[in-house]
Amino acid sequence: MQFDQLLQYTLSGLSTGAIYALIGIGFSIIYNATGIINFAQGEFVMLGGMLTLFFLEALKLPLWAAIPCAVAASTVAGLLFERLAIRPLRQPTPINLVIITIGGSILIRGLSMLLWGKDTHAIPPFSGDDPIAIGGATILPQHLWILAITVIIVAANRFYFYHTISGKAMRACAYNRRAAGLVGIDVRRMVLFSFIISSAMGSIAGIIVAPLTMTAYDVGVMLGLKGFCAAIIGGMSSGLATVVGGLLLGVLESLGAGLISSGYKDAIAFIILLLILFIRPQGLFGKAESERV
Amino acid sequence: MLRLKNINTYYGKVHALKNVSLHLAEGEIVTLIGANGAGKTTILNTISGVTPAAAGEVVFCKEPVQALQPDRIVKLGISQVPEGRQVFKPLSVEDNLELGAYLRYRSRESKAAIHEDMERVFALFPRMLERRKQLAGTMSGGEQQMLAIGRALMAKPKLLLLDEPSMGLAPLVVQEIFRVLDQLRRETGTTILLVEQNAKAALKLADRGYVLETGKVIMEGPAAELMENAEVKRAYLGKDKKEIWER
Repeated sequence: MQFDQLLQYTLSGLSTGAIYALIGIGFSIIYNATGIINFAQGEFVMLGGMLTLFFLEALKLPLWAAIPCAVAASTVAGLLFERLAIRPLRQPTPINLVIITIGGSILIRGLSMLLWGKDTHAIPPFSGDDPIAIGGATILPQHLWILAITVIIVAANRFYFYHTISGKAMRACAYNRRAAGLVGIDVRRMVLFSFIISSAMGSIAGIIVAPLTMTAYDVGVMLGLKGFCAAIIGGMSSGLATVVGGLLLGVLESLGAGLISSGYKDAIAFIILLLILFIRPQGLFGKAESERV
Repeated sequence: MLRLKNINTYYGKVHALKNVSLHLAEGEIVTLIGANGAGKTTILNTISGVTPAAAGEVVFCKEPVQALQPDRIVKLGISQVPEGRQVFKPLSVEDNLELGAYLRYRSRESKAAIHEDMERVFALFPRMLERRKQLAGTMSGGEQQMLAIGRALMAKPKLLLLDEPSMGLAPLVVQEIFRVLDQLRRETGTTILLVEQNAKAALKLADRGYVLETGKVIMEGPAAELMENAEVKRAYLGKDKKEIWER
């Protein structure tokens, strides 16, 4: 086993991990605001990639214009999803909501297949594909894009949740919805916000990863599950813990695929998911809740 | 200022409030006393829009408000300090107070005005100033109660609803909280509806009182009169037990 190889696996693992982290944070934000796991999260990741392709090829937009259009369109899809499928629910018990998100996910995937077919497509990389040598390993410019955009989004998220009144209100909602209502926060508006933010983040993740892994109508399933796994490792936090969870997952997956067999790549993620749920359901860094009266 | 007319509220099949009617005039402190499960908290939550009434009317400043969501009620000027404080524990003291003024931020009120009110809360509760950067969940119960009151005041309410502010607190802390409520009344003339188990302290502070039993108002009157009432004394003030036993 050579050092170069390890470095190579780690580097490419980090960039896939960053994608998982972004998707995972999307899961956490909605979970914290509403208490539900949005299993349609992966579909917004898929929509990001597929819509970019649509804007590139059907409307002949340049890449720099197609990307924001795709993010905007996916965000609108997230908004409509909350308005049409989540809010009108008569009995919003968690189990009903979760089943709705699964239904929504199947619907979005089906519609995409009808619209764009079953083919796998590639999006051009943002700035060429000349490999860059680091130590004995090489990475693509797209890997750097992924890492940089992830850092920016995580930082923007942190700023929003800790330094704006709307972000603080969202955290208050996550902690105690009733008390949030009693200080005048419109909880339903916050729920809508959480869907908007998550679908925007999911679609960005789908766009930045598409030049590396290709995109198709069904990529959302696996990416969504991996993102969910990252969120579980991070204890459903919408901050750094989930980022670490995503990176950890990406690196382990990549090392496992490289050192053992690439056939086990997906299995590794789910073994980690199960282990975490069995041993530390509060997440890798979470501590059991203590109550003070 | 506030009037409840024939309110009936249900929790599932439990008839929690039975034809409750009460009113508050501007500047008054009114207290609701009664045992656990008498419906005191339900009355506050009905006013706040958390558990809407099945029948009856809530009128605030001549407007019917019984069908409104909690955030609309706050906007109209009714803030509740909920039972068990319910501060936002993972957020700092300062953030909690800021969120109390959430609607004022939303309506683009000047930050200076909001900041001034925060200073006023710090003047009422100097300990909040010392701990402004601390997470709310790390403070003692009494401090959390002060924070919960401060948070409600940040909305600049016309009417303040307080649910058991003395629950689980040391006597000295309870004294301090009642002192602040008294100070609030004298300095700002805030109207207060106070729910309390500590009937003695509540009646001492209040102008008028209502006594509740199993969802019904069974007595009402000026606080001083209620304090002298034999039934209230026996049931809620813990006096004259001996007489009853010997009869």
